Amino acid sequence: MKKPKITKKVISDHGLSSEEYKKICQILARKPNFTELGIFSVMWSEHCSYKNSLAVLKKLPREGKKLVVKTGEENAGAIDLGNNLAVVFKIESHNHPSAVEPYQGAATGVGGIMRDIFTMGARPITCLDSLRFGELKHQRARYLMDGVIRGIGDYGNCFGVPTVGGEIYFEDCYLSNPLVNAMAVGLVKKNKMAFARAAGVGNPVLIVGSSTGRDGIHGATFASEEISKKSEFKRPSVQIGDPFTEKLLLEATLEAIESGYVVGIQDMGAAGLTCSSAEMSAKGNCGMEIDVALVPLREENMTPYEIMLSESQERMLVVTKKDKVKELQKIFAKWDLNSEIIGKVTDDGILRVKNSGKVVAEIPAQALVVGGGAPVYQRKTKRPKYLDKFNKLKLSKIPEPKDYNEVLLKLISSPNIASKIWIYQQYDTSVRTNTVVKPGSDAAVLRIRNTHKALAVKTDGNGRYIYLDPYNGGQIAVAEAARNVVCAGGKPLGITNCLNFGNPYDKEIFWTFYEAVMGMGKACRILETPVTGGNVSFYNEDTDQKRAVYPTVVVGMVGLIEDLKHITTSWFKAEGDLIVLLGKNKEELGGSEYLKVIHNLVKGKPPKIDLNFEKNLQSSCLEAIQAGIIKSAHDCSEGGLAIALAECCITNPDRTFGAKIKLNDKIRVDSLLFGETQSRIVVSLAKDSLKKLEKIAQKYKVPMAVIGEVTPDRLIINDWIDISSEQLKDLYYNAIGNLMGD
Amino acid sequence: MKFGVVIFPGSNCDYDAYKVVSDVLKEKVEFLWHKETSLENYDCIILPGGFSYGDYLRTGAIARFSPIMKSVAKFANRGGLVWGICNGFQILLEAGLLPGSMLMNSHLRFVCKNIYIKVERNDLPYTQTCQVGQILKIPVAHKDGNYYISQKELLELERNNQVIFRYCDENGNITEASNPNGSLANIAGICNKEGNVIGLMPHPERASEKILGSDDGKNLFWSLVQHTNGASN
Repeated sequence: MKKPKITKKVISDHGLSSEEYKKICQILARKPNFTELGIFSVMWSEHCSYKNSLAVLKKLPREGKKLVVKTGEENAGAIDLGNNLAVVFKIESHNHPSAVEPYQGAATGVGGIMRDIFTMGARPITCLDSLRFGELKHQRARYLMDGVIRGIGDYGNCFGVPTVGGEIYFEDCYLSNPLVNAMAVGLVKKNKMAFARAAGVGNPVLIVGSSTGRDGIHGATFASEEISKKSEFKRPSVQIGDPFTEKLLLEATLEAIESGYVVGIQDMGAAGLTCSSAEMSAKGNCGMEIDVALVPLREENMTPYEIMLSESQERMLVVTKKDKVKELQKIFAKWDLNSEIIGKVTDDGILRVKNSGKVVAEIPAQALVVGGGAPVYQRKTKRPKYLDKFNKLKLSKIPEPKDYNEVLLKLISSPNIASKIWIYQQYDTSVRTNTVVKPGSDAAVLRIRNTHKALAVKTDGNGRYIYLDPYNGGQIAVAEAARNVVCAGGKPLGITNCLNFGNPYDKEIFWTFYEAVMGMGKACRILETPVTGGNVSFYNEDTDQKRAVYPTVVVGMVGLIEDLKHITTSWFKAEGDLIVLLGKNKEELGGSEYLKVIHNLVKGKPPKIDLNFEKNLQSSCLEAIQAGIIKSAHDCSEGGLAIALAECCITNPDRTFGAKIKLNDKIRVDSLLFGETQSRIVVSLAKDSLKKLEKIAQKYKVPMAVIGEVTPDRLIINDWIDISSEQLKDLYYNAIGNLMGD
Repeated sequence: MKFGVVIFPGSNCDYDAYKVVSDVLKEKVEFLWHKETSLENYDCIILPGGFSYGDYLRTGAIARFSPIMKSVAKFANRGGLVWGICNGFQILLEAGLLPGSMLMNSHLRFVCKNIYIKVERNDLPYTQTCQVGQILKIPVAHKDGNYYISQKELLELERNNQVIFRYCDENGNITEASNPNGSLANIAGICNKEGNVIGLMPHPERASEKILGSDDGKNLFWSLVQHTNGASN
């Protein structure tokens, strides 16, 4: 292939602005060649450089006594668990590839996030997926969801890590631009962690794992522009996953790190060899010289440009000790994997790429990376006009339904509320025999072997709330995730986050981004859950339809359960137990699923949240759980108190219960039943534990009310609702499967 | 008693089986690399679940050619205990150590959930601590668990009492609704004529501790230990 001349069109096709091109020429003190242009283009793409988000992200709370690595410095965040153990976790988006090739897009999303975990020496213990699709009445939405679920399942199931949770929402703003955010969690011995840093001049650099092909070239650049009809032609930018090779790579990598021969290691994700070599050099304050002719290839006649930019999956870059190369290669050979020396660490800070000895690119490594030469922009913001229109909601104009049974049956069948069993049954949830609480409760729980501890994990993020009030919605995303972890018996430790927004150059979109991040940050400060890392995905827009997704913050929360005895599930356990509401009911209907499903309205302001009250609520619930008096705990979220109670009745895998409830609040009945007021938890407990719970609630000044009792088989609320639990159960568990035609 | 757990490239339940033997049963257990050929000194060889060689072609189709499989066949022919779980079962079918074959689940999707199986016979080393008709709650996790065999061979299988486990509901009724994958005659597990080689799709190693929701699967491990240690005493 002849090298194309660098024209204005070539520069703009690479997603670089003319200012950015000028800056490249300044850095190099000359014009870049085609290979160098490609390298800059992927490294300075939104996806790799965070150029439009970094200034805002720096305002997040990134400090905490228990953080083991600095936020954003390594492939994933890490928090100390005691016992010389750290939990390593991160969430990442694969929205754009999934929009054009749902199966491979989602599969490689899982593969990529797993590598981020095991490249640090941690064994992945679980995966969660936060997904958004259009409503299932659209064939496109069903097609994308089917492909994404199969992709996640086939990859994770083969790889052998249980997929235990996540969340899904269906809204038409996601119809052509679905969101696929994958989170992975791993465990590592603190003294065995590996880092993405090159060191030791003359140390060999190896490429290990799969051979390199033409798949995924410019994947990172593709992820940095909007979705349109033309995106179909970008399908070759989507990588192809091979979970079997990833499993071998996992075992070989952990064995290699355990051996002590590894100096530094980084996985190849976005921007492949380019990103891993540049980042490892920059972090190690050194340079690197690599020869692309030594890279094992799976296709013929690949150019240096293609080899540097390929995003072929299941590959790692490893720096090893000079005298330990043979031993290291033996480990990869045992697992039938390539491990080829392709270069060495140098001391001049230059990323030098050769092709059979001839230099084809020479760039200062620092110039390419975040925190170095990569651009950082302050984007302009403007409060969106739509807010005034949509925030107006006159409750007096909304008629109260006559038949609340009918409303409850409709809501429990709404895919945003109904059980996600159709999805999670396609995931292996129990491999590696650590899953104590499977999907279907507030948070999933995994035991930590050789300790009495467990981890509670959850993702959360209601895009509709953020759309209607970004600052408040950002706070709620964190608070809900934390509340779910608390309901499982865990103390929230920290978060990772995935920020899915439209075009950052749109001032209104950037305003929502700024506000949502600030809200998230405030909640993290008050709930003492630092941000350990995350990912930003912009350009989630459909340019043909002129439609951006709801600004969607997805929070991935990890909590520590100090004793296996504290593990708590959301469902009722025994007839005769008391049902208590912690928190207070308010008249809030804005942004609710009730308004959307029953009145066809996405309006109003989402429920307010008082974070200090939230903290007290969570502390009281956790203390009661740790005192051993709570039999079940379930947070009130979409669908409000009535849905929460219904779920408590029907989700116990061993048997169905009912509940007889009496509510005395003097507010609109629809709001009382289906309003989504924050900071509320439904707990059940034995009658003789009530005094103890009252004491704890008093201590934290949390209002509580005994609202009823667990009964055999009907949900009865005042004289408004009286439905058999079996009927609720049938709708709840079959709603999504029925819509998918299964 | 000493177990050996084979690691094929792509096995992913090897560790789970190993941990049940070492931590729950407190018996001896070792991993066996797929290139090993010596199976001396083992009482039972477990072929674990997973996706050997990625199973991109057909489940178990490549694993049967692993060097260790010749030794496994010899070990089985000498009367040694060979236990295939999920992918291990699929490999035993491909290797011809058990009759029949696996199709993709009738609903064409991966399925992972707790199911119930009924014990059909307890005169085997694997089931001797169970009762005939006992119901075990054990998870399945597979995409290709739809057991198939020709009508003629099925009759022979039934005549020889080679069906050990059948999918059932929680009350022990063998129904279509309780069959998670469309297997013929609700077959969840079978043995060879001699009864020393068995394969089953459910994962007993995932149901061997109460904290994981069921310890019914432990029965199978215990039976083997009692059979073997009893015999050597």
